Amino acid sequence: MLVFVARRLLLLPVVFVGVTLAIVLLMQLLTPYQRAAAYVQSEQQIRNIDSIIVQYGLTDPWYMQYGRWIGQVMKGNLGYSRTSREPVLTTLGKRFPVTLELAILAILPVIGVGVAMGTAAALNRDKPIDQFARVASIIGWSLPTFVLGIWLLVIFYGWLGWFQPGRISDAIRISTGPNSGFVNYTRMMLVDALLNKRLDVFWDALLHMVLPVVTLSVVQSAQIMRVMRSSLLDALGRDYVRTARAKGLPEHTVTHKHARRNALIPVITLSGFVLIGLINGVVITETIFNYPGLGQWAAASAVNLDYASVLGFAVFTAMMVVLANLLVDILYGVVDPRIRYE
Amino acid sequence: MAADLPVAQNPDGALDAHPDQPARKGRAWKRFRRNPLAVVGLIMVAAFVLIAVFAPVITELPRSCLRDLELTAANQHDYRNPTKPAFWKAVFAPPKSCFTIARVSFSTQPADAATTKTVLGTTSGGYDIFYGLVWGTRTAFKVGLIVVGIAFAIGVIIGSLSGYLGGVFDNLVMRFTDIIISLPSLVVALVVVMVLGKSIENIMLAIAVTAWPSYARLMRGEVLRIKEEEYVAGARAIGRRPLGIIGRHVLPNAIGPIVIVASLDIGSVVLTAAALSFLGLGAEIGYADWGQMISFARDWILGPPGKPFYFWYVSFWPGLIILLFVLAWNLLGDAFRDVLDPQSK
Repeated sequence: MLVFVARRLLLLPVVFVGVTLAIVLLMQLLTPYQRAAAYVQSEQQIRNIDSIIVQYGLTDPWYMQYGRWIGQVMKGNLGYSRTSREPVLTTLGKRFPVTLELAILAILPVIGVGVAMGTAAALNRDKPIDQFARVASIIGWSLPTFVLGIWLLVIFYGWLGWFQPGRISDAIRISTGPNSGFVNYTRMMLVDALLNKRLDVFWDALLHMVLPVVTLSVVQSAQIMRVMRSSLLDALGRDYVRTARAKGLPEHTVTHKHARRNALIPVITLSGFVLIGLINGVVITETIFNYPGLGQWAAASAVNLDYASVLGFAVFTAMMVVLANLLVDILYGVVDPRIRYE
Repeated sequence: MAADLPVAQNPDGALDAHPDQPARKGRAWKRFRRNPLAVVGLIMVAAFVLIAVFAPVITELPRSCLRDLELTAANQHDYRNPTKPAFWKAVFAPPKSCFTIARVSFSTQPADAATTKTVLGTTSGGYDIFYGLVWGTRTAFKVGLIVVGIAFAIGVIIGSLSGYLGGVFDNLVMRFTDIIISLPSLVVALVVVMVLGKSIENIMLAIAVTAWPSYARLMRGEVLRIKEEEYVAGARAIGRRPLGIIGRHVLPNAIGPIVIVASLDIGSVVLTAAALSFLGLGAEIGYADWGQMISFARDWILGPPGKPFYFWYVSFWPGLIILLFVLAWNLLGDAFRDVLDPQSK
């Protein structure tokens, strides 16, 4: 097991080199001026960009540039973000917790609802519950995130006025701002609110997360439901289920303990894809709901042609995906004892 | 995207023969026809194709487009008359100006169908929503077909070489596809579009970059299977070169399932393209494109006080059309996977 984890962790630098190399090669299509943006650290430096081109040798062959860029990254210099007006690394550190909080809240309903609906559908095959779940899942699966998000805003913000876009209300923002005594321990608003013993902040932040979480979850739960349904149907037809029934176990034990545990394995495989779907979804969802996380920043940076920010975001995402896939693989072994890591 | 997810076995039906055998084809078609959702999907896709083809006939063309079709005020409705050349030009080779959404006014506010005498109303800037959606269907098919075509060509070539040659080349290609498949496609596309510049063409290129690896893998798998067949051994024995064997024997036998998977990806390709242009990385404002139509809606979520749904048509119609388009392809894809998936037995 440890060997397996170590070997997978060794993959991290490989992916890092692959992704960054591809990006640096792609960057050769840009002019040296555009490329220089990735090295700039402050507003002043933008004014004498020529000296940066000379300093970093941006007219050199690509492999020289690549080596030098990696050197800068090792020192923690990912460039300066024009969009957030601070070094890219600072922005990543500030905004990642915001997005992580959203993703954690989204993944719970995704897996919970998906597994529950998939189970209900499979156990009631071809009955109304099943028909409903199948139609709901194919519609949910087809609903584009940006369409759902806008429609939810029209209904719950424009009409009912229950929820608002953004991270927190203006009044709360002022009362948690600098010099207010509110400490940002983790930059996850819900956690910080609890640590500061501010229930009003907690409630306000939670309300702002409802619509983005729903938007992110619908598409992904539909996928989980589909896979759960068909894999449970498959498991129910297996010999061990017949054996369990033959030895007189209660039906609930057979379906929920014997069949469902095995049916969950493909769902775990899928959760890797769900994570990728969430990252795609976060870029769009955060933009629609004006939610100040990584995704909104990345989308805004891409529109601003802010190269340094988008590259920083891409490299960071690639690393996250590799780590998450490692987690999924480890989870695999926990759930399915037949899988051995050698 | 969804095509390469692990779809578990479907317990009913027994289709274990090879997909090329006629008996199976007949039964597959029968199963397909019996699935009502599949038929609905097929009808919806057909409807979208008709809307795209006959876009010039069902919309009132704007002046710049009429001019480029060489029509004047006197004969301006010739584009609806199949006996006139203008009709054929408008249907098969419309000038670029026809893709610019007709503008009813230059008003900064949206206006509903009744006030503007349009089918679905206008967005801010006076852009006709109906025109944008109908011609946007053309854009959607153009994007879908070109992206899938490019990705398919690259995937088939690299996948078959990789499967047939094996060795270091195979290893390199597969590790590369591993990386691209594991990255979120929207993030890759974001980087590519940003570097190449904002435009519909670059969006297509960016999506093709993220799409080909999954076809390459499928193709490689098929080639690995067919490589072991006796007729390939026979061809090798009589001294054919590898490229000749791939072209003459392996490709024709391997390509079937990939054609289906690729064509069913049109829905998700169009969705990604719409998402990118929603984010503002697409064509210039005014180009008939669904993603842009829905991004117009972002500014009109709130109505005037007391009238929450005052601008409902700006967000409802574009959203509905995109939803129906993706739904149609997903219904079709589901049915095909049930019928043709060799695992579903």
